[in-house]
Amino acid sequence: MASHGIKDQVAIIGMGCTQFKEHWDRSTDDLLIDAVTDTLASAGVEKDQVDAWWLGTAQSGMSGVTLAAPLKLQNKPVTRVENYCATGSEALRQACYAVASGAYDIAAAVGVEKVKDSGYQGLNAFPIPTDGTQRTLTAAGMFSLVAPAYADKYGIDPNELRRTLARIASKNHSNGAKNERAQFRREMSVDSICAMPAVAGMLSVFDCAGVADGAAAAIVVRAADAYKYTDKPIFVKALAMVAGNGSGLADPDFDYTHFDECEAAGKDAYAQAGITNPRTELAMAEVHDCFTPTELVLMEDLGFSARGEAWKDVEAGAFDLHGDLPINTDGGLKSFGHPVGASGLRMLFECWLQLRHEAPADRQIATADRGLALTHNLGGYPGDMVSFVGIWGNRLG
Amino acid sequence: MRGIISAAGYLPHWRLQREAITQVLGTSAGKGQRCVASYDEDSLTMAVEAGRKVLADAPAAPPSAVWFCTTSPTYAEKTNATVAHAALRLGSEVIAADAGSGLRGPAAALRSALRSTDPAVLVLAGDVRTGLSGSVDEKDGGDAGAAVLVGEGAAGSEVAVIAEYLGGASATREFLDRWRSPGEVRTRSWEDRFGEQRYGDLAAQAWEAGLKDAGLDLDQLSKVAVVGPRPRAGAALVKKLGAAGVEVIDSLASSVGFAGAAQPLLMLTALIEQSQPGQVIALLAMADGADVFFFRVTDAAVTAATATTAVTVADQLEDGDNTLLYSKYLSWRNVLPVQPPNRPEPARMSAAAAERRLDWKYGFVGSKDRESSALHLPPARVSFVGGNIDDMDPAPMADIAATVATFTVDSLAYSPSPPVVFAVCDFAGGGRLPVELTDVRPADVSIGMTVEMTFRRLNTADGIANYFWKARPVRGQKTSLGQSETTEQN
Repeated sequence: MASHGIKDQVAIIGMGCTQFKEHWDRSTDDLLIDAVTDTLASAGVEKDQVDAWWLGTAQSGMSGVTLAAPLKLQNKPVTRVENYCATGSEALRQACYAVASGAYDIAAAVGVEKVKDSGYQGLNAFPIPTDGTQRTLTAAGMFSLVAPAYADKYGIDPNELRRTLARIASKNHSNGAKNERAQFRREMSVDSICAMPAVAGMLSVFDCAGVADGAAAAIVVRAADAYKYTDKPIFVKALAMVAGNGSGLADPDFDYTHFDECEAAGKDAYAQAGITNPRTELAMAEVHDCFTPTELVLMEDLGFSARGEAWKDVEAGAFDLHGDLPINTDGGLKSFGHPVGASGLRMLFECWLQLRHEAPADRQIATADRGLALTHNLGGYPGDMVSFVGIWGNRLG
Repeated sequence: MRGIISAAGYLPHWRLQREAITQVLGTSAGKGQRCVASYDEDSLTMAVEAGRKVLADAPAAPPSAVWFCTTSPTYAEKTNATVAHAALRLGSEVIAADAGSGLRGPAAALRSALRSTDPAVLVLAGDVRTGLSGSVDEKDGGDAGAAVLVGEGAAGSEVAVIAEYLGGASATREFLDRWRSPGEVRTRSWEDRFGEQRYGDLAAQAWEAGLKDAGLDLDQLSKVAVVGPRPRAGAALVKKLGAAGVEVIDSLASSVGFAGAAQPLLMLTALIEQSQPGQVIALLAMADGADVFFFRVTDAAVTAATATTAVTVADQLEDGDNTLLYSKYLSWRNVLPVQPPNRPEPARMSAAAAERRLDWKYGFVGSKDRESSALHLPPARVSFVGGNIDDMDPAPMADIAATVATFTVDSLAYSPSPPVVFAVCDFAGGGRLPVELTDVRPADVSIGMTVEMTFRRLNTADGIANYFWKARPVRGQKTSLGQSETTEQN
């Protein structure tokens, strides 16, 4: 009974990612076709060479037909997966395991979400019939509970924490401004973010992820085959996933300043990858900054900062584009946008660019030669979430 | 001895000053205030709140029947009383039914309960009084709940009556005074003088017959509560009582307003609360007829009144928010619909899922792991501590106070009255629930404040009223014990 991982057994040989934005002129089918076409071209493989497909979408379609029909796949297995906002990472995880198992030579992971057809702001979950007692708070409301709890626990003045959270948003906006695929490409100052009206707790809309349509995809092969397709494959170092049991909602000991599921997934991933000091060994990390307090506590959950210290590291610029551990160099959910099923793959797309030194010059990180990048993708709410952590490397060993 | 075992009123937290109506409409709405059901309250929730108090006062007298009275029912076709039956966690052997949709329901249910041979009968009433903007019904109406537990009691036994029933009488005659089609906001009426005179005759007839039935003379009476849909109904009798030195107690017109089907039981409660042991009191309720009830207040009333849990109608009048805007009132009654956040409205609840979780949804019963004592809200089969399966006891939590661990104010979430104020609440003795707060202004919420649970209507979808519990700052403390900490913050 152990989590062995599949370090260095499979590799990513091609990726694609659409712009994330309000694609009023693009359907789910269009986004899938665009992302897959780019990805196949990136990998240099034909559609029919892909033996099996995994499609991640939270609410834009059901079953593998959602992908097989627009792409006109011929007698291929396609599995649709869903795992809250970590759906894209889940599709990727399944494709990697499928190749590692030996069942297939080439697998594809595709993520898509068409959120802007709903007619509503924000993300809205498909209503499952219930007894009507479930809370009706927005995700922003639920994650806003973290800020006062964190401030209270570590004795931080709420106004000071407000500025720290704004600094996270400002950093991600700054990174997103350098990303032609990002939804929001305008830099935002800390002062201007702090001046926005609060909509949930102390959070304004500028503390929330952008809500965008988009798709992203990756082609996975055995590591031994990787160099047949590219001289710069990205190897899977770790894939970890935890589905929380929701006890945080019922347990008075949960204090809303950390996410146990993320910490556990991170530890598993570090063990699989053989990482002992993520802060110095990782070149970068793409984390699930659905709301600014989320990114703050993730720095601690993922071991980048000591407990109670992340806000100081944020203020010191440690996680800036040219800090000692760049975080969300593509703008993150905040600025790149959050098409739910695509986000996990979008995170990997940025690692793919950075570790291959293919990011645009104005956002290429200086730490890329460390060779390891982390993606963290969560779904759900504080005390009640799923969490994925993946680690990726540009060389074997 | 048959009579009233326990009685309680429930006044909602919000009060609309009639001056606030005057300011908007420009024509005088008079002086005083009316009680206003919050956007998440209705006739059933207010009746349940009163019912909770009554049942808590008389644990040894479980009712075998529940009658619910209102003119503003949540449902036609479907019985409303069963919602209260579930919220009050009454047994399946207890009959629960509605006492009609007219104003006379409570008098009929009270009469029936007093004549019944059942050991205990619970009569619940709640009403939300509506009217067109600027109408008499709007300004002079009031929203409230009330409950009385009627049954057999004996001094010195486990169950005592606080008011012994001495006798009474009714008088009925069909005449058209006030009427409203189901679902309408507006109640129409015939010329005032016609109804006043008809009520005068019926009240006199019932009064004389009631005195005779109870074997009483007028000079034995101490206090009378007079209830009628018209302020001047029964004026001649009131004048006669005054001349005989009988006190006609305040009708609550300037503080609560006329609470419709809740008014007779609310006034009976206030009457008992204001009386001394040994005093003979009477309730005269006029509604499409007249009903008179005579009681003698017993020593048990003193015991009940001194209980620390006893919160009188007067106590509740002292504790409320008097600053409700008229515009907010109008939006709560959907007279002035306001723009909701651009989010999907809640889907209707599943009848089957709700029925499976009846104790949780309506009774607020969680579960407690026998081995670890970990409390689960909602109830669970597998413990989050230790993982034991199906080894839990029910944990009724509706009457347990809680403390706010952290909170937020969500302006984006759907609500009939945004923003949503939401808190993570830790219950005394264990258990946590992240839950919506109500009857509170966002600025008054703080970490560490004490809250209590209250039964509310969360939303309505597809004609289905979705009931569950919310938390609110501890309210309605006995004024003699001082205001609660949270109340002082308001």
